[in-house]
Amino acid sequence: MPIHTLPESPKVLKNNTLLGWLMALPIMAVLTFFLVLPILMIVTVSFWKATEFSIIPAFDLENYEFLFGSNVTYRVFFNTFKYAFITWVFTLAIGFTVAYFLAFHIRSLTWQIVLFLLCTIPFWTSNIIRMISWIPFLGRNGIANSTLISWGVIDEPLDWLLFSDFAVILAFVHLYTLFMVVPIFNTMMRIDKSLIEAARDAGASGAQILWNVVIPLTKPGIMIGTIFVVTLVMGDFITVRFMSGSQSANVGRLISNDIALLAYPSASATAVVLLLTVLIVIGIMLRFVDIRKEL
Amino acid sequence: MTKVSRRNLLKGGAAFAAGTTLGAPMIWAQNIKDVTLRQFGTGVSNLNDVANKVKEDLGFTLEMTALDSDSVTQRAATQPNSFDIADIEYWICKKVWPTGNLQAMDTSKIKNYDKIVGIFRDGKLTPESTIAQGTAPHTVGFTEGPDGKGFVDNESGWMTLIPTIYNADTLGIRPDLIGRPISNWSELLNPEFKGKASILDISSIGIMDMAMVVESMGEYTYPDKGNMTREEIDLTMKIFTEAKQNGQFRAFWKSFDESVNLMASGEVVIQSMWSPAITAVKSKGVPCVYQPLEEGYRSWGGGIGLSAALTGLERDAAYEYINWYLAGWVGGYLMRQGYYSAVPETSKNYMSENEWGYWFEGKPATDTITSPTGDALAQAGETRDGGSFQDRMGAVACWNAVMDENQYMVRKWNEFIAA
Repeated sequence: MPIHTLPESPKVLKNNTLLGWLMALPIMAVLTFFLVLPILMIVTVSFWKATEFSIIPAFDLENYEFLFGSNVTYRVFFNTFKYAFITWVFTLAIGFTVAYFLAFHIRSLTWQIVLFLLCTIPFWTSNIIRMISWIPFLGRNGIANSTLISWGVIDEPLDWLLFSDFAVILAFVHLYTLFMVVPIFNTMMRIDKSLIEAARDAGASGAQILWNVVIPLTKPGIMIGTIFVVTLVMGDFITVRFMSGSQSANVGRLISNDIALLAYPSASATAVVLLLTVLIVIGIMLRFVDIRKEL
Repeated sequence: MTKVSRRNLLKGGAAFAAGTTLGAPMIWAQNIKDVTLRQFGTGVSNLNDVANKVKEDLGFTLEMTALDSDSVTQRAATQPNSFDIADIEYWICKKVWPTGNLQAMDTSKIKNYDKIVGIFRDGKLTPESTIAQGTAPHTVGFTEGPDGKGFVDNESGWMTLIPTIYNADTLGIRPDLIGRPISNWSELLNPEFKGKASILDISSIGIMDMAMVVESMGEYTYPDKGNMTREEIDLTMKIFTEAKQNGQFRAFWKSFDESVNLMASGEVVIQSMWSPAITAVKSKGVPCVYQPLEEGYRSWGGGIGLSAALTGLERDAAYEYINWYLAGWVGGYLMRQGYYSAVPETSKNYMSENEWGYWFEGKPATDTITSPTGDALAQAGETRDGGSFQDRMGAVACWNAVMDENQYMVRKWNEFIAA
């Protein structure tokens, strides 16, 4: 339809519902094809059967029965939550501190931008490289151990520095802290400075201002950062594999092992359960904070 | 319709005869340059040097993709149109062949077929040899005919894979950090090496290493390590899970490079390892021994298979490539890395007397031995770990295998990793 005819057809224009749907159509099409359909496919395949080299369409609950019947599943899910929780605590503490410093202690906008960009420098290299570069650093004969030994802090190399849960969480915190910094910094920048001045005039101490003014107003940013970190950590498999020396497992690794062995239905079933778990976690978090205020 | 004159017929026949006797390159010297064959396989033999040499000698292009064993199996089984040549191991062949994604190869088109070592034909290195446990290559090496879907136990003239590369694997150790002789598989679980041992995280190979260890510890003797029952799998996993929980392992490795790094950095002093990984550690100047053990070796073999979709000129090129592969240049290249060639006698022409003596005959080196890439691997006077071809391949205790209970084993393996 030629554009100039649009103003002449007020019926179409006035029909807000129709117009709304039309405007939403492109994004709906994209999401349907690239999000909804693949997920439906995964759900479908999760009921299929597999032999070693082929998958057979069927409606079979065996994949789920095996998944829920094995105590390995529960242990691995527990492990996944453990990584997510500990990583969340550290990324939040570091991310909040960095964002607070940038937003309230740096007064000039130029310096705020410069320092913020400085935080993003590590992201100029790939995720995997940033992670793997920890390995020679933390190894038995690595820089960390040899430095500590030469300082006389320890006599024997610390084995738990590498190929351990410590290493996994260290890598997670390193990789994902920025995802916490950005949204928190963003919300903090929108806090009206006069509110803090008012609190100060009313006699609040620094800690009281932080607790009663800054944190409540930063909650949406914290929540967005939390969603980033939790979903990234719960969906990860490569960090756990490299940093634990393949000795620990999370759900992502279960899925990747299954895929490697062509057990797509079993991998799909695990993926569906993981997806539901993450959705429930996010659903619970969203009950606490209304992030729409942020968007 | 034009009349065919006697003279023209004769001329055509003569040209045809010349074409067949002088070899294929005459006929397709021109259009073969446009052929591109896509080969994929594990990193061991997917070498860019080979692709470059193919271009030089045969004129066509070979595209190489290197993947880990699991990904190779997956791709061969699920994406038959993504490759022309599959460079896979025999145990992978056992899984992939029934899918029909590969085509049988006519051995009469393989010039050096008669010179291929016995292991790949009747299973015997020498007439007196006994055949080791596991998926021995000859058991999955032949099929009944051009459209065969099963395996046959005789030299039927139709091969599933043309053998190219094989070796006898054992444990790698750091002699400088261990400081005493190691002569049994059971040392892998010796508490002396707590936190300094490693095993590979590829279930079908790892389970065999585990079985070697369990037998060596005297815990159990398997009727067939290559085909365990569920109870045997449980028992094996139980022993290793306990060891894992006691902190015996530093890490598990999945790729070749990981095993090299673990060993070279001193994180690990004893682990399952592959021959060129030892070479790679040594070339960094770190002492590393591919320790022969009393119980024998865990062996593996690989070969080249053709995609079922390959026809016409491309298939002719692929046969040409296979014949070239067995003609010696690649064999020599692989043998200088510590592998064995399926046709050792042709490889000999591409190795110096010193190299042949060191790598194949187990003789002391008379001069510095260098890898194909030029790193010094051994000095004059040193001998190869494990000795000669006969000593090493004659002491194979089992072959990499796929078991009937493979899926159960894989699940148990996942539990072991998560334990």
